Amino acid sequence: MTWLSIIISGIVTYFSRMAMVALIDREMLGTKVKEVLNYVPAAVFPAIIFPGVFFNDFGSFVEISDPKIYGAIVALVVGFYSRSVIATIVSGLLSYWFIIFFLLR
Amino acid sequence: MLSKSKIFFKGIVAVLPHMLSVIPFGIITGAIGIELGFDPILVYATSLIIFGGASQIIFMQLLSGGASSLVAITSVGVINSRHLLYGAVLSEYLEKLSFIKKLLISYFIVDQGFAESNKYIKQNKNLSNPHIYVLGTGVTLWFCWQLSTISGIILGSFIPDELGLKFAIPLTFLAIIVNDLRKLDHVFVMLVSGFASLILFDAPFKSYIILSPIVALIAAFIMLRLKK
Repeated sequence: MTWLSIIISGIVTYFSRMAMVALIDREMLGTKVKEVLNYVPAAVFPAIIFPGVFFNDFGSFVEISDPKIYGAIVALVVGFYSRSVIATIVSGLLSYWFIIFFLLR
Repeated sequence: MLSKSKIFFKGIVAVLPHMLSVIPFGIITGAIGIELGFDPILVYATSLIIFGGASQIIFMQLLSGGASSLVAITSVGVINSRHLLYGAVLSEYLEKLSFIKKLLISYFIVDQGFAESNKYIKQNKNLSNPHIYVLGTGVTLWFCWQLSTISGIILGSFIPDELGLKFAIPLTFLAIIVNDLRKLDHVFVMLVSGFASLILFDAPFKSYIILSPIVALIAAFIMLRLKK
């Protein structure tokens, strides 16, 4: 079942890459659609970020003092100023680990 | 006139700076797949068959969290709809290729390769073989992606659970959109999507992952309308 899902996801992904190159006339994609497609990353990724930070493994809201919230704030600030992918991830993880291993023990 | 191999090489060099983000992202993708409990072969298969970091992570996260295959596949489709944009832009440069070549080169269209190719081809309008440049960027990114996810898969089996590596998932996606944080219109769409996901989180079959982006894209559409 998992294999089948991977293969179908692979086909869907490949189709998204190939459709405009090989199948569909690019004029079919109107200016408005193109403008909206620009926002796909902004529309998709927060739907993973927010629950990942604000919910625990059981799907209920974490407390305001949760280490994940502080880790995310550090990553957000570092990311905003550095614009670096690595700095964002590493600063978030390190501050999260610092809290769970040193402050909460 | 540049030879084909020179154009290919230029493509390779153009994406090298991106390795700073591609390699860690690949390692995290592999390691998270293991952390979520998937078989190493399955994790690697996503790199080969899906070949898209964000899609792979979301796909594995959803399936391990008990979402139905349909939701996982649909969300992969939503994430990848941005490729339509890349294809539409690149199709102009790839027009002269045979249908088979178009089918082959499509597999290698990825974010960073698209960004560099589009930049270079726009600056060198009379390039005779623009597709070779696209291929140079894509093949390089492909190799690095395969190698880095394999490293992540190996590394993942040594990472203790106490580290809570799952938290790397939201951080990784935050890192992807960090460049757009200075654009107010993008930040608005992000906030709509984020709050929608918190409200819709309990919707059946984990459908929040599809509904929230749709709500946010509708908001983006309305915003564009009002701007004019």
